[in-house]
Amino acid sequence: MEQDNRPISPHLQVYKPQITSVLSITHRCAGVFLTLTALCLCCWLVVLANGEHQFNILQAYLQSWFGQCFVYMSVFSLCFHLCNGIRHLFWDMGLGLEINTTYRTGYTVIISSVIMTLLIFYLAAI
Amino acid sequence: MNLTTSLAKAHGLGSAKSGLHHWLAQRLTAIALIPTSLWLLFALPNIMYMDYESALAWIQSPIRVVFILLFIVALLHHLQLGLQVVIEDYMHNNLVKFGSLIVLKLACFCVGLASIVSVLKIYLG
Repeated sequence: MEQDNRPISPHLQVYKPQITSVLSITHRCAGVFLTLTALCLCCWLVVLANGEHQFNILQAYLQSWFGQCFVYMSVFSLCFHLCNGIRHLFWDMGLGLEINTTYRTGYTVIISSVIMTLLIFYLAAI
Repeated sequence: MNLTTSLAKAHGLGSAKSGLHHWLAQRLTAIALIPTSLWLLFALPNIMYMDYESALAWIQSPIRVVFILLFIVALLHHLQLGLQVVIEDYMHNNLVKFGSLIVLKLACFCVGLASIVSVLKIYLG
């Protein structure tokens, strides 16, 4: 009964993207991407317990350009999900639900995540 | 007071312990993840370039072990709850949906157990 495929009115094609909706779906996407990160982290711990040879292989993968891309995408996803998550927790307490506050905290979240990611990149580079 | 209708009970849906449990567990694990993931994030620049011996030595501190274990448990529970919502939102075929939810729950449990056992093996062994 769920497979009827009846026509529905356009939604994503017509609704103007706003910071509220864009940040919300990005929060979800970051969360889903972070499951890969979590898997990688747990893999790292298991491999560390397993022996030197496998650990060196994994570290080499992570230090390659491909691995570094993945690592920094994970860092950004984590920072963004963390900052936006804190914003969610404030909303759950009933704070900051006005539209102008929401816009302001939205921009704060984006800027904070970028700054945190650059900070981690800088700390890794030195 | 249970607000579930008889039909909903018969469908077998709505077994999320009145729904509030999921919401609350998501927030509690999120709060637990704030300090632990920040800690791990700032440890990352060091860990990324460690060789085998340094990585083993890094884990030897008991406080680090506690932080890692708290992080893993909170992370996998938060992950499972979050992905559960995503699956419920986007998958409408009952067989695929419930199959995915079961695989998700079991996978999170197994991955969590594997990580905890590994950390304890490194720390105690």
